[in-house]
Amino acid sequence: MSAWLNLRNVFVVALVVMLALVPVYAALIGNYFLMSLFTRIVILAMAAVSLNLIMGFGGMVSFGHAAYLGIGGYAIGILAKEGINSGFLQWPLALAMSALFALAVGALSLRTRGVYFIMITLAFAQMVYYIAIGLDRYGGDDGMTIYKRSQFGDLINLSNKTAFYYLCLALLLLTVYVVWRIVNSRFGMVIQGARSNDRRMRAIGFPTYRYKLVCFVIAGTICGLAGALLVNHTDFISPAVMHWTRSGDLIVMAVLGGMGTVFGPVIGAVALLVLEEVLSGVTEYWQIIMGPIFLLVVLFARGGIDGVLLGASRD
Amino acid sequence: MCCWVQVVTEALLHVEHVSKRFGGIVASDDITLLVPAGELHAIIGPNGAGKSTLIGQLAGELAPDAGRIAFGGHDITALPTYRRSQLGLARSFQITSLFPDFTVLDNVALAVQAHAGHSFHFWQAARNEDALRAPAHVALARVGLAERSGVLVSRLSHGEHRQLEIAMALATSPRMLLLDEPMAGMGPDESARMVNILRELKRELTILLIEHDMEAVFALADRITVLVYGRTIASGAPEAIRANAEVRQAYLGEQEAVDG
Amino acid sequence: MLYFIEQCLNGVQLGMLLFLLAAGLTLIFGIMDLVNLAHGSLYMIGAYFAATFAALTGSFIAGALLALLATLLVGMAVEVIAMRRLYGRDHLDHVLGTFGLLLFFNELVRLIWGPAGMTLPLPSQMLTAVEVLPGVYYPLYRLVIILSTLVVALLLYLLVMRTRIGMLIRAGASNREMVGALGVNIKLLYTLVFGLGAALAGFAGLMQAPILTVQIGMGENILILAFVVIIIGGIGSIRGAFVASIFVGLIDTVGRAFLPDLLRLFLSTNAASSAGPAISSMLIYMLMAAILVFRPEGLFPASNK
Repeated sequence: MSAWLNLRNVFVVALVVMLALVPVYAALIGNYFLMSLFTRIVILAMAAVSLNLIMGFGGMVSFGHAAYLGIGGYAIGILAKEGINSGFLQWPLALAMSALFALAVGALSLRTRGVYFIMITLAFAQMVYYIAIGLDRYGGDDGMTIYKRSQFGDLINLSNKTAFYYLCLALLLLTVYVVWRIVNSRFGMVIQGARSNDRRMRAIGFPTYRYKLVCFVIAGTICGLAGALLVNHTDFISPAVMHWTRSGDLIVMAVLGGMGTVFGPVIGAVALLVLEEVLSGVTEYWQIIMGPIFLLVVLFARGGIDGVLLGASRD
Repeated sequence: MCCWVQVVTEALLHVEHVSKRFGGIVASDDITLLVPAGELHAIIGPNGAGKSTLIGQLAGELAPDAGRIAFGGHDITALPTYRRSQLGLARSFQITSLFPDFTVLDNVALAVQAHAGHSFHFWQAARNEDALRAPAHVALARVGLAERSGVLVSRLSHGEHRQLEIAMALATSPRMLLLDEPMAGMGPDESARMVNILRELKRELTILLIEHDMEAVFALADRITVLVYGRTIASGAPEAIRANAEVRQAYLGEQEAVDG
Repeated sequence: MLYFIEQCLNGVQLGMLLFLLAAGLTLIFGIMDLVNLAHGSLYMIGAYFAATFAALTGSFIAGALLALLATLLVGMAVEVIAMRRLYGRDHLDHVLGTFGLLLFFNELVRLIWGPAGMTLPLPSQMLTAVEVLPGVYYPLYRLVIILSTLVVALLLYLLVMRTRIGMLIRAGASNREMVGALGVNIKLLYTLVFGLGAALAGFAGLMQAPILTVQIGMGENILILAFVVIIIGGIGSIRGAFVASIFVGLIDTVGRAFLPDLLRLFLSTNAASSAGPAISSMLIYMLMAAILVFRPEGLFPASNK
């Protein structure tokens, strides 16, 4: 019996297959809202996976990660408003801006530890949020509509919802693979070691600050890409995308799904957003159980859903 | 060569007039210490003598208020910890400080990796890299942990933790080891094993050993320095220290003389 | 000039509110090593309780006192039910767990009081202005806020430095196990300290309610500022928190009031109008960034043992 064939891996494969079949199913039953929902799920899952690179593996809890969704989104939105619709110009800029912001914020925030680091990342994200509100030309508090999605010529038409969904899914799976390779590389070992015992890492000769900073930038850049996808999905960008509660959502997805694995946050994103869809149909006060559930997960099921699956697979 | 001509060699570690206060407490009082290459130098002293503070300053976690520390000719007084490690000064911790969710081999491989160039490699799996695993296995074998390489650190016994501490320090290919009470909390069998390990290491490394275990100290040390209330009250060959009245009174006298 | 003095006083007033929150956070972190993201929720609850009780009793003072008591009780209940299980754990667990509490409280308030927020009207006696300097008038109520928080700060100082309980608090901060070994009921001590922190937060919440806001999410905005204050003042230092609070309060208030005008000297009116508010909101964060670059341990770091 292959070591790969266990409950958890079967679950993961099944989930991926299900995600791949969403457009097919949606076309069959004629419900395109489902595809829209899952496009959003896939994009946010990508953001959550990028967050988990620094949070679960690096021990750096960023409460400002949603800022990159906004930076990526606004980069594209601003260019679109100024008449530049080519994705070949917009997307690299979105990534570059995200990377620069991550570099600046990381360089300052990583001088602190623990909760202070967390609050500082939150503070910087709030700063960007307020800046966006102040951008009158680009919608300010109300946000702005994007009339034309990123153009990639004959390569792909993002207005084709099915094509767009598969692009997002492909990028999600690529992200998962790349993050998995990073986590297990030499670089990943340093990041994990620094999370586990930073003092020891420095004692054996690692200048941990610079590695953590690079990791922070990588995570921010990936999330900026998610932001580019998100703005194309919603055809709209507003400061609300960057509010600290959105960063909190990403954290919940990662913790709920499983901070200890690369794929965990994907599970968390699916679980959280599907639950949100289902429960908000039942009562508008469903969110009140989220808090205590989250607390219980933190106290008793620290490894999240993926952790529970892995534990069950070992027995 | 005439015995009484003292050949002055450049000390590998040169601690010059190092002082450190915490508020009203003088933890290090004008400490001067020279450790030539190849020597095993032991530091002993009652609790509160400032041994941990001294190691902290040597390792780079604490900044001395005054004085200078030189290692291999370099002034390291202001160097951060990781740079000192890169220069070849390795330390072990008095209170075990390892990576609990990693395996024994992973722990040591990390130490090897720290001295195997930069770590901005993002693609190849580090656990498959023989360049890291092989030296790690060697370090583990030297401390007698070869069979435990696949075990999670959180599952090890206390004695094995202490052995792993040494292996981590060794894996960084150091010129000098700063060992902070490596035998802390060990029973007689484990201590004897550790003494043998250290005796082997003595042959190729310079060692600064902080210890309470007097049997081990007198079995291993080439020279001993005695620290009391942050000051060095005596420094010299083991027999001289054993016979020193002031030392006996301050420290050794409290316990039965070790086969005097 | 009058405007400047008024804005300075407003700045001090904001600073005092921040101090109440920062002091509570520092106490709880110092004694229990607990990071509490839901601290802002207690601030919010204080305001909501005050609005409700004042409406019920028809008296601001009665409402305030009842609200203080209610917040204290809620704080202690939260400590017993939830916080106890977090002690000794990773700080990350604290952050995540208390984040769950934060979500819960926001939803609970929305469930009980509705999403619209509330108002707490000032008692009529407070609706006057006082002549603080010749020719300078300042709203009485805002003065009351400044003075009452100064009194609270003084009481806190006396409590921590001069009483037996305060001694236990300080001892607990340096050596938890020792205090427990001395036979002191550590569990009770922790509950009381947490309750104290909650009461401070609730007091700040109810005091600002008549002039600022009573709405969901109000806690988080000020919590961020409170943490910024702690970073600037120095982690673990109540004295640092006091100085930094005043400093931050002044910069934020005076900055917002005068920066747009200042910018107008250099930029076009249009640019100044849009950049002004944006930069003003950023001033605090820029100050925090500067501190992190030049003096990461803060202005008055608590001495390490």
